[in-house]
Amino acid sequence: MINRDAIIDWLEAIAHTYDENQQVLTDLDSPIGDADHGANMARGFNKVAQKIPSYAERSIGEILNDVGLTLMSTIGGSSGPLYGVFFLNASKIAFGKDTLSAHLITTMFESGLMGIVKLGKASPEDKTMVDALSPAVEALKAAVAENKTLSDSLLCAVTAAEAGMKATIPMQARKGRASYLGERSIGHQDPGATSITLLIKAAYNSWHETN
Amino acid sequence: MKKLINRPENVVKEALMGMAAAHPDLIRVSYEPNFIVRVDAPKEGKTAIISGGGSGHEPLHGGFIGLGMLDAACPGEVFTSPTPDQMLEAAKAVNGGAGVLFIIKNYTGDVMNFEIAAQLAQSEGIDVASVIINDDVAVQDSLFTAGRRGVGATVFAEKICGAAAEQGQSLAQIEALCRRVNANARSIGVALTSCTVPSAGKPTFSLGDDEMEVGIGIHGEPGRRRLPLESADDITTMMAAAVLEDLPFKSDDDVIVMVNGMGGTPLIELYIIYNKLDQICREQGIRIVRNLVGNYITALDMSGVSITMLKTDHEMLALWDAPVKTPALTWGGLS
Repeated sequence: MINRDAIIDWLEAIAHTYDENQQVLTDLDSPIGDADHGANMARGFNKVAQKIPSYAERSIGEILNDVGLTLMSTIGGSSGPLYGVFFLNASKIAFGKDTLSAHLITTMFESGLMGIVKLGKASPEDKTMVDALSPAVEALKAAVAENKTLSDSLLCAVTAAEAGMKATIPMQARKGRASYLGERSIGHQDPGATSITLLIKAAYNSWHETN
Repeated sequence: MKKLINRPENVVKEALMGMAAAHPDLIRVSYEPNFIVRVDAPKEGKTAIISGGGSGHEPLHGGFIGLGMLDAACPGEVFTSPTPDQMLEAAKAVNGGAGVLFIIKNYTGDVMNFEIAAQLAQSEGIDVASVIINDDVAVQDSLFTAGRRGVGATVFAEKICGAAAEQGQSLAQIEALCRRVNANARSIGVALTSCTVPSAGKPTFSLGDDEMEVGIGIHGEPGRRRLPLESADDITTMMAAAVLEDLPFKSDDDVIVMVNGMGGTPLIELYIIYNKLDQICREQGIRIVRNLVGNYITALDMSGVSITMLKTDHEMLALWDAPVKTPALTWGGLS
């Protein structure tokens, strides 16, 4: 069961991974974008990390809500609203709960995905973060339905996210800045699919020893 | 890549402080959230015009704040859309009780953040209308793209709508006018180099000495096609054809033309481009009635040029000629 400490561990892990991978995300965002994704994600989650001391006494729902609002006012671009709505939707699922079961974690991620799809209107194979997040949510749901542990379920999600992320390479972008490039977007991994995969991996890394 | 900056993460803030220090007679800057307003805001009873977007396109948008143009601008991080709280606070600061027009460049992030801001402002009792500018002919407006980019026509919309607002037109009238400007303007850009974003430290993409990128945007991203470099006249002929046939512009049309430097191209080259463009228009019976040649909507240090053409009418031309007093654009007798 995931409690407040585990959520905070996850947020710290996300901030850390975006710091470590800032150049990676920048490099992915250069051939098919404007080279700001690495800086944006690092800035957004560093702001979240700075707020962590204020989360010590707050509920999981309140924390996730604050994370969503913080990202929305810090990241900018399209990532701000999209990552913002992911956490805002997640916070609604976690509302009133002190611990989150594998089932609830799954519902949280699914609600986050639905918020992203509703706001960004991406379909599968548009070459976006949805191409990694959607398979991850499906894998999570399937694993939890089979009564796998949270740890094993998250591993399935990570595997699916990574596969989805790599699958964006041959896609032609139909959304976002990469879509201006038309066929020239083919052959490049999508930066948004990469950053959402890192977020999911951070969840696995933070929670796989919990059960 | 050498830049005249201090720490990359402070670029936007220090530039805003510099603008505030340079133009205290025209603008006021607020920080966290960042936004810039005209020094005499709010103007009671006047429709307020707000725009914004990523930084790195200066003078767009902050340089266009003042009498006869923008009431406020919201600068995001470099090439990154501003966040809803910026637009909300800006709207509150300039709302004169006659509503606010958001002029939004058509980029996924800009559209999302301005849309959220519009909802927030509405729920605080501010009447908001939004118009999306999408004049770039290089991208197909289809289900398979994020739509045509908003580029040079943004400058035209801000000037013309700003004048209308200064003259007391209503939010509804100005919204319709803005749509008309957008519908009658087309643009295209060509680059000789990409640009270097401060936090990246190196150019977003590289071009060979003998190559050019055609159909560029304003964020340093690759364009539609990479072609061998041609002469200025041949490049202008290609760009003009793309723009003229898209509207299409016809013989006997009156047009306002902007030959815009992307930031890294010298004025002497922009005039060479204008020379050929002027010839092409004359040959086709298209009358250039007004023009801008210079850096108006840039992409940091990108070498390149964009051409914007607006098919104008009496009303738009009168509003174009109306007085304006901003850091980047000043004309018209002011009493």
